[in-house]
Amino acid sequence: MKPPPFDYYNPTSVGEALTHLAEHGYDAKALAGGQSLIPMLNFRLAQPAVLVDLNRIADLSFIRETDDGGLHLGAMTRHYQVENDPLVAEKAPLIAEAMPQIATTQIRSRGTFGGSIAHADPSAELVAISVALDAEFHLRSQSGIRKFKAEDFFLGMFTTQLDPEELLVEITLPPLPARTGWALQEIARRPHDFALVGVAALVTLNELGHIQESRIVLFSVGDGPVMALKARALLQGQSPSPELFRAAAETASMEDVDPTSDIHASASYRRQLVRVLTRQALERSVERAHARVK
Amino acid sequence: MRKYIGERIKRNEDPRLLTGQALFVDDVDLPGMLHAAFLRSDYAHAKLLSIDITQALQRPGVVAIYTAELMGDEWQPGPPNVSPPATVEDITFHSRTQVPLAKDKVRHVGESIAIVIAENRYIAEDAVEDILVEFEPLEVVADIEKALEPGAPLVHDDLPSNLACHMVQGRGDYLAARASADVIIQRKIDIDRGAAAAMENRGIVANWDAKSQHLTIWDTTQAPIPIRNGVAARLGLNQSQVRVIAPFIGGGFGPKMMMHYPEEILIPWISVKLGKPVKWIEDRRENFFATTQERRQVHDAEILLTKDGKILGLSHKFLHDSGAYDPYGLTIPLNTESHACGAYDIPNYYSDLTVVFTNKMYTTPIRGAGRPQGIFLIERMLDIAARELNMDPLELRMRNLIPPEAFPYDREIIDQAFALLTFDSGNYRPAIEKAAEMIDYQHFIQHEGPRLRAEGKTVGIGIIPFVETTGVGPYEGARITIEPSGKVNVATGVGTQGQGHFTSFAQIVAEQLGVDILDINLVTGDSADFHWGTGTFASRGAVVAGNAIHASAIRVREKVLKLASKLLETPEEELELEDGFVRVADVPRLSISLGDLAAEANPLRGAVEPGTEPGLEATAYFGPKSGATAFGVHAMILEVDPETLMVEIKRYVVVEDCGTVLNPLILDGQVHGGVAMGIGNAYYEQLIFDENAQLLNASLADYLIPTACEVPRIEVAHLETRSPLNPLGTKGAGEAGAIPVPALFAQALENAFAAQGLEILEMPLSPNRLFELLKEKESDV
Amino acid sequence: MSEITGVNVYPQEKKMSGLYQLSITVNDTEFQREVDPRLLLSDFLRHELGLTGTHIGCEHGVCGACTVLFDGLPVRSCLMFAVQADGHQVQTVEGLGTVDDLHVIQQAFHDAHGLQCGFCTPGILMTLVPFLEKNPRPSEDQIRHAISGNICRCTGYQHIVDAVKLAAENMNQ
Repeated sequence: MKPPPFDYYNPTSVGEALTHLAEHGYDAKALAGGQSLIPMLNFRLAQPAVLVDLNRIADLSFIRETDDGGLHLGAMTRHYQVENDPLVAEKAPLIAEAMPQIATTQIRSRGTFGGSIAHADPSAELVAISVALDAEFHLRSQSGIRKFKAEDFFLGMFTTQLDPEELLVEITLPPLPARTGWALQEIARRPHDFALVGVAALVTLNELGHIQESRIVLFSVGDGPVMALKARALLQGQSPSPELFRAAAETASMEDVDPTSDIHASASYRRQLVRVLTRQALERSVERAHARVK
Repeated sequence: MRKYIGERIKRNEDPRLLTGQALFVDDVDLPGMLHAAFLRSDYAHAKLLSIDITQALQRPGVVAIYTAELMGDEWQPGPPNVSPPATVEDITFHSRTQVPLAKDKVRHVGESIAIVIAENRYIAEDAVEDILVEFEPLEVVADIEKALEPGAPLVHDDLPSNLACHMVQGRGDYLAARASADVIIQRKIDIDRGAAAAMENRGIVANWDAKSQHLTIWDTTQAPIPIRNGVAARLGLNQSQVRVIAPFIGGGFGPKMMMHYPEEILIPWISVKLGKPVKWIEDRRENFFATTQERRQVHDAEILLTKDGKILGLSHKFLHDSGAYDPYGLTIPLNTESHACGAYDIPNYYSDLTVVFTNKMYTTPIRGAGRPQGIFLIERMLDIAARELNMDPLELRMRNLIPPEAFPYDREIIDQAFALLTFDSGNYRPAIEKAAEMIDYQHFIQHEGPRLRAEGKTVGIGIIPFVETTGVGPYEGARITIEPSGKVNVATGVGTQGQGHFTSFAQIVAEQLGVDILDINLVTGDSADFHWGTGTFASRGAVVAGNAIHASAIRVREKVLKLASKLLETPEEELELEDGFVRVADVPRLSISLGDLAAEANPLRGAVEPGTEPGLEATAYFGPKSGATAFGVHAMILEVDPETLMVEIKRYVVVEDCGTVLNPLILDGQVHGGVAMGIGNAYYEQLIFDENAQLLNASLADYLIPTACEVPRIEVAHLETRSPLNPLGTKGAGEAGAIPVPALFAQALENAFAAQGLEILEMPLSPNRLFELLKEKESDV
Repeated sequence: MSEITGVNVYPQEKKMSGLYQLSITVNDTEFQREVDPRLLLSDFLRHELGLTGTHIGCEHGVCGACTVLFDGLPVRSCLMFAVQADGHQVQTVEGLGTVDDLHVIQQAFHDAHGLQCGFCTPGILMTLVPFLEKNPRPSEDQIRHAISGNICRCTGYQHIVDAVKLAAENMNQ
């Protein structure tokens, strides 16, 4: 399982990288952490004529606080850096919680935040989490910058708004609103496998303790992350209770998703997992939201 | 004298393995070595209309390409690994063996069509993509039941159907028993395919040295000597011109016992043709298509009992999936038959076996080798019978165990060794009682289980006794030599894939010769060092090679004593062997080192007594009359999340009786590893094919091997019922861990979902499948 | 450690990006080589440098047999190109200990029978080096999670876990 031949560039600046991408277009692939791309090359499922290695572009790796108290991440920031960063733990605890569940330690040594987003695997935690956190992605090309909200960025399986000559360079996350709790629930056969089904949730309570906003994003249920809009509508303004969570979970399971069957799970089993995990995610999120209030 | 057998001695071979200094096949590096890659079929069944290699040959770095056509007269199928038994009447058997490269048509996804030889593997794989093949896809035989329907497409066009073998055998008078039975239970049992998936994929390096007319082969095989013999025969060489080395092997588990794989014939052949060393290393993706698999069977089973729970008979009509070829004969289904009556005294048995060709990779034994299927069968039927009879499942089993006084116990059927199956020895009840005690079985059934269920937990317990036929012949041999340095060399024909032979076999020698383990140098798997033997398979290494080593060590000891007696002028009875010396008992200063003794035994000058053999060396062989039957009991408590159907094993207990234990540390390791594989086979691993026999999960991301988070801590206890069949009293244990696990899972899950009336008649399972089965049950109600 | 010349892995290709000049430190020794950019780090270590202790089990990043340390971090060497290691430090199992001088973790594996065929072992050892540094007193659960990215087909993991506990004990003395 050896990779096919390719022309190789390893620029040290974003500008250089963009020049290569502009020149080669569809023939080129950006190489970030390589933990998804290189297996595909080894299987010869992908055979790009040109590989643009981003690993020497220091500018793309950073974790900073934004002016409004949110988070600003460089696309080449590695998972292990995100995992161990106190700023992330403080500003985006949902990401901090997800990290140990993303693949294995060895994969996280190399894998990058931006790489995971650009790859857009429907089973990827960070894809769903970025939607739940209302992240914004900055894409750069020689023509300029485009920005997309996470919920508008993912178009289908392994497909995003990225044009061939564009690079995802930065991710910004808004600050967590007050009285907000979060949860990541997933079921996988083995701890580091892709989830059979997963839920990333963010729930904000108002002063009365009712649900002001709920962003429930399901992953591994189809072609991409799915925001549970009907469940959200059900939860809006309601007082949290086990019955409410159960009802919302049922709605998510039966109305918000149309899961696929594959060799690992049937559609009906996936619905069952959506039902269970959504309920658990709501319980955890609200619990945490209450804790943040105190 | 110090005892070595039975001691938890650390392994000799560890330091090299731990520091990356152990040679595996892919580590072999020879000047001018070329690399091979295969073009393998993407179709499960298709005619090969044309193969165009011109473009591929033009790629720089490509040295040669071969197809079946280009092999000319030197292309031939086979050889087969195992012949069908001649001793059973009315057997139909069609032998169809694997081919080096596909000719005319391909019969399974992954069958090799062409081989590219290039300067490195990267280029070879590039060139594989340059090869243009015209296929005419044919209808696919993917299902073993549909394969036998009239009008089904034929895997082998020269046969009237996809029937590879039909064989009937039994014992007693099943129909008479049926007429008198109070309870008759019928079920259809469905078991699906899995892979061995050793961490090291297969590989071969062949080096033909034209000047010395000698061929050296490194092969990840469990059977280096038969490979040597087969390759020599195929290439028209003398056996002495061929050396096969099975160095350190990264796990065998059965498929590396298959011989001769197409690659094992091709790579040496090409080396001779090109006069250059050639290396082929299987990659993981290939391993799913090019290395054998196992386990698919469908049984229509029936059990007969009295109302008091005495089993009167068991019968099963079953289909066994052989895949595209049947080089391994009937080994697996015969093992299934040998174990279909489990540990029980069942006077009437009837089996009707049909082996079926399908367009899938051919099947050869994987750890358990058909035994798990037999145990699954009987244990399922017993659990269902227990419910029907309203009896405790354990009590039902106890009532039917073969009692200790019945040994040797004849099953009266033919087993995989082509002989009538006899269980040599056994004492099953204490093993079951011990396992039950270790897991607090009664306490769980009466108190703990109900208490946990009242708390809302879904918990289940299982306890499964099993037997394991081991230690089959034909034979193995060993040569032991004491060197003038005092070090002892042991050479034997079996290979090693992690079982610790270097240590456990050394213990057998140390016990006789009083030498430290570290001074015993063991060579396994090198035909230049020892060229008689069959290989490591069927849990026979310790029994057969171990006993050959034991016999050889005794002979060397005799020579030592005889010569030392002469030199020390002391009768043999007063001599002892300790710490590498021969000493006069109670007179320590009257001694001679084994090394010096060896030097004395090999004089450069002078006269010797006629008939004297030089040195302190002996060769001995051991061939058991029949296999020794080990047994054991596994018990488990599991908890299921009723919403997600994810399973957690809370406790796992093993009682193992494999006769004399050579090294408990090594034995425990074998048990743990076997259980881990069994857990995989029960709840994680399944080769998933679609209706075109395309494998859908050909990667380790999708074929789920248990990790450290899926395998629990396993508590192991040992009992020792010595085998009367060999001087060491030992039985095999290599496969034991894996054998009862699927049956155990089924029982424990049924116990957990007893309220829902869950009945499990298939393996493997998964949370998804469990969910479906429970839903089906729900909608039945 | 002296340089080892390995097998020629350089294809003469008409369409090629050109050989890449690589400078890499492996087990504290610096090597200069020219490599094809698509040469995997795993193949580079094994066949170019002759360090065959790192084993290849899958080449898709799942089995963990090829795990080495890259600037101190455990990585899958089958999921990196050698050129990406230019200017970096790699440690393989050969840098951990020798037959006569086993590293404390290696010794613990020997004492606790933490290996059978030994194929997955180097990958597990290299995974454990940074793990035990960060977790000097790991629980059984933590150990199992730490090695869950390394598949072993032989041992059932129990003796491996015992070995890690023993290593931790010995390292703390």
